[in-house]
Amino acid sequence: MSGNRKIKIALLRALCIISAAFTCALVLFLLAYILAKGIPNISWELLSTKPSYLSGKIGILPDILNTVYIIVGTLVFVLPLGVGAAVYLTEYAKNKRIVAVIEYAAETLSGIPSIIYGLVGMLFFCQFLNMQTSLLAGALTLVIMNLPTVMRTTQESLKTVPQSYREGAFGLGAGKWRTIRTVVLPGCIDGVITGCILSVGRILGESAALLFTAGFAHALNGFFEGLGSAGATLTVSLYVYAKEQGEFGVAFAIAAILMVLTLFVNLLAALVGRWFKRRQKL
Amino acid sequence: MKKQKAFETFIHGIFLILGLITVGCVLLITLYLVVAGIPAIRKIGIWDFLFGKEWASTANEPKFGILPFILTSVYGTAGAILIGVPIGFLTSVYLAKLAPAKIRTIVSGAVSLLAGIPSVVYGLVGMMVLVPGIRSLFHIPDGASLFAAIIVLSIMILPSIVNVSITALEAVPKEYEDASLALGAAPVETYFKVSVPAAKSGIAAAVVLGVGRAIGEAMAVMMVSGNAPNLPELFGSVRFLTTAVASEMSYSSGLQRQALFSIALVLFLFIMLINAALNFFLKRGKE
Repeated sequence: MSGNRKIKIALLRALCIISAAFTCALVLFLLAYILAKGIPNISWELLSTKPSYLSGKIGILPDILNTVYIIVGTLVFVLPLGVGAAVYLTEYAKNKRIVAVIEYAAETLSGIPSIIYGLVGMLFFCQFLNMQTSLLAGALTLVIMNLPTVMRTTQESLKTVPQSYREGAFGLGAGKWRTIRTVVLPGCIDGVITGCILSVGRILGESAALLFTAGFAHALNGFFEGLGSAGATLTVSLYVYAKEQGEFGVAFAIAAILMVLTLFVNLLAALVGRWFKRRQKL
Repeated sequence: MKKQKAFETFIHGIFLILGLITVGCVLLITLYLVVAGIPAIRKIGIWDFLFGKEWASTANEPKFGILPFILTSVYGTAGAILIGVPIGFLTSVYLAKLAPAKIRTIVSGAVSLLAGIPSVVYGLVGMMVLVPGIRSLFHIPDGASLFAAIIVLSIMILPSIVNVSITALEAVPKEYEDASLALGAAPVETYFKVSVPAAKSGIAAAVVLGVGRAIGEAMAVMMVSGNAPNLPELFGSVRFLTTAVASEMSYSSGLQRQALFSIALVLFLFIMLINAALNFFLKRGKE
């Protein structure tokens, strides 16, 4: 091998390694910086109270609850819709053109930026359907956003249900719906769970779509009361505290909480994915 | 039996409706953006709106020219691609071809964490680290600038680029690489001269996906770009299409509000173009 060629190979290899190392270093830096800045600011008082103008203290309990409410509210709607759409595509649809149109629509949805979802959610849910600025309007906006994710993961796991299972059920005299209910749907549970985890991750991190649909309020509410009134999630309140109020300590505390949650969601997704893969091999 | 059949048809109908909901959502979004976005464009005039150089929505004689936002979005995205694509591409070659299994798992985990970090967290770190850093490094009065936004965006698009490129590289048939290796090419040469060209449609799709992510990002950019409606300058305070919508929406009214919807419509058209390009590349990659 000529010296020139050797140098070129070594150079390309080094570039690849440097890039990968850079990416890793970036993640490590972000993680370390946010945790180091955020964790000292987290206190039990911050986590367990609501903001009070009288004492001038900030608490993020309402924001935590709002995030939970929005996650639950979104999942309740998006799971049946997404799973239903996936079942239609893999079990019912015979017309290739309809399938192509639905899949194209899903791809389009996953490419639309969240700020546009926020805008349309505001126009449609808050104004046209007269929900006002509320967690429910925010959750419904996120339903549209997460629909393609749940649909895709469910579809993928439906494809792994062996055709012979369906034939077996049909052979025993089960109708189409009975086959789907008793044989197909239990087989796609892993896709549904993966879709759930991915959606939770996305909802946790979403802010632009919620700004104009769910609002900024910090009131402490129960679940149903909360869905009907405006409320900031963790991400939205991070934005408000950092950009509008200059409360960087609180902002970093929220950022650290979000980082830990993101880490947890990612780990869970990886573990669940590995577990399902192993189960499939059996 | 007849009852059973009617029941099955009924269930089929329900699933058909569920399947068509995504299509309905896309139509709903398109319809709302067009209906809400057209009036202001008609009032202002499409030429003045798209190519007007001045945005002064709350002035006595309001001006609604969005050329600064369009150019900022285009420059910002181009900058992010310029920085993000080489790093992402090389990382994906390393992960798909060079890395030992253990390192691969760790780095992939890091990349998916990068994808999961909320955009406001990027914005916060950008605000606290990048903006002051740029200010002292380049000796300018305020570090919140197009440059800061480009850096944040290039980090945010990394995971999309890495993941899509890896999928494309892994789909290259092993025979191609074996043939090249058998002819005496070194592994690294094979990856760059055989695998990468074979995966070029998928890599193009990765770049287009990155463009879509960058042009649609709002919150992180809002926190680091300064938000003044100027024509773009690398170290000047700028406003993107996304942030133009987000920053004035809460207090807007009348024509100003309508103009914000028109900006969203322009953004939506950009995204639809990018989606079409993405589909083109993905389909070609499969063939």
